[in-house]
Amino acid sequence: MQKIFSHPKSLRNIPTHYCSGCGHGIVHRLIAEIIDELGIRERVIAIAPVGCAVLAYDYWDFDCSEAAHGRALAVATAIKRVSPENIVFTYQGDGDLAAIGTSETLHTANRGENLTVIFINNAVYGMTGGQMAPTTLLGQKTATTPKGRQAKLEGYPLKISEILAQLPAVKYIERCSLHTPQEVLKTKKAIRQAFQNQMDNLGFSLVEILSPCPTYWGMSPKKALDWIQDVMVKEFPLGRMK
Amino acid sequence: MLKKVLMSGNEALACGAIQAGCHFYAGYPITPQNELTAYMAQRMPEVGGIFIQAESELAAINMVFGAAAAGKMAITSSSSPGISLKQEGISYIAGCELPAVIVNVMRGGPGLGNIAPAQSDYFQATRGGGHGDYHSIVLVPSCVQEAYDLMFLGFALADKYRNPVIILADGMLGQMMEPLQLSDKNNLKTENRKLKTKEWALTGCKNRKPNIIRSLYLAEGALEKLNLVLQEKYKTIQQKEARYEDMFLGDAQIILVAYGSMARVAKSAVHKLRAKGKKIGLIRPITVWPFPKEAFTKHLKPNTKYLVIEMSYGQMLEDVQLAVGGKVKVEFLGRAGGGIPTEEEIINRIARF
Repeated sequence: MQKIFSHPKSLRNIPTHYCSGCGHGIVHRLIAEIIDELGIRERVIAIAPVGCAVLAYDYWDFDCSEAAHGRALAVATAIKRVSPENIVFTYQGDGDLAAIGTSETLHTANRGENLTVIFINNAVYGMTGGQMAPTTLLGQKTATTPKGRQAKLEGYPLKISEILAQLPAVKYIERCSLHTPQEVLKTKKAIRQAFQNQMDNLGFSLVEILSPCPTYWGMSPKKALDWIQDVMVKEFPLGRMK
Repeated sequence: MLKKVLMSGNEALACGAIQAGCHFYAGYPITPQNELTAYMAQRMPEVGGIFIQAESELAAINMVFGAAAAGKMAITSSSSPGISLKQEGISYIAGCELPAVIVNVMRGGPGLGNIAPAQSDYFQATRGGGHGDYHSIVLVPSCVQEAYDLMFLGFALADKYRNPVIILADGMLGQMMEPLQLSDKNNLKTENRKLKTKEWALTGCKNRKPNIIRSLYLAEGALEKLNLVLQEKYKTIQQKEARYEDMFLGDAQIILVAYGSMARVAKSAVHKLRAKGKKIGLIRPITVWPFPKEAFTKHLKPNTKYLVIEMSYGQMLEDVQLAVGGKVKVEFLGRAGGGIPTEEEIINRIARF
């Protein structure tokens, strides 16, 4: 009998610490599947962020490093430069990539480093208890915007992918989402493209993924997916930007 | 015999690093250490290494973290305010037990301070500097030749102990030009700079289990266990790696203690006073962490007086006081913010003893 579905070799078969309905588990798995499919597990080096996915290296079964909060792309830059034969990717949340690490994100992209970036946008800081993220929507209630984010006080949701897409050294930027199975498949395709680009030495590739956080959105897992579809994609339109 | 060259301290540090096998440099411009960065920009590509001008000190130290995690010998350099920015990264390097060398060509502080030489970052360098219970090994060159020579030791110690090593220099040493005797210890060609295999490094998990570089340990007792391993390592370093130079300790009644550029002024005061028959000696630490306590305990005579001289308001002073354990008198002479104690000030101060 032909085996058509199994646990990815690049993903350890253990329970994760993520909340029910969280998107991290889905993306961890997509990455592991693609790494298996591309046959690059023995070449991959991942950089885990600070945030909910700080323990990603407990789940992936390949070489990984931690990085200080926001510094994943500085760490990744050096690893890729000294070991160009390795496939190096960072996995970062909105706070890590677009707040504390904005400088590293912008300059790594501007140098056109041949790296793959998986950017999880769930519009909130999860690990620390649901504070406002740079990508929090206007009116969205968080631990630090109890009355909802106000443009006057906290500014607007930061569209870092749109900013990065302006840079000449950037090869590929696409925004995807996890709110339906079809979107998950599109996300997988985009992640594959971002890895393939690196294997082809094409330069900086980033996939932004709108990901549900039912816990800090105060919603059921199903409602959280609906909220991405009905509200979040209006602020963060899906599709390829570069 | 290799040739002698005329070089600034900053260039000698860079030249020594490359010869010592350094493969990676990342840094951000700051005076008075820019010659080091410029030298690296020129030479690193020539020897097959990597040079990156980082967008910030934070990026630079985390690039060094990355290169070290990949098993390469890596260095960054800066001056006082920039070194403050690197402290978080140094703490991560210590926590992840990665080998790396950090050069601090100290300038006046606090704040933006000025670009004159100073030794005001001694506490920051020797007490950890960033968060957590860790130590960097701290080497303090006092001339251009020693700046070059200590690079070989610095990389060897970083590699041996998988620990950050700080080269603590100052603006005077960085800018000063002196003749330098080049060493043939290491050829500049890439093939002769091959590194030992580092079984812990991130290279891709071919034919082995995945490696993880981390300092995060959440399980109960796990972080304490890491700390105990680190403490054991620091104990070994303290026992084995303290280094110093001494002069005329046999009959000395007054012993000057100074390091780096300051030690050169002190040394010249010692020679002048010796010529006048004064029983005076010198202890010059070459490592300030570990601090060479033995230099003091070995020569502890009840009537000896110590004079600690620093381009700060008394930082190494505390280590000297700890080393002598209150058994003898320790005096202090220090200036900072660009002020440098002169030979005359030292001699006048001793005259008042």
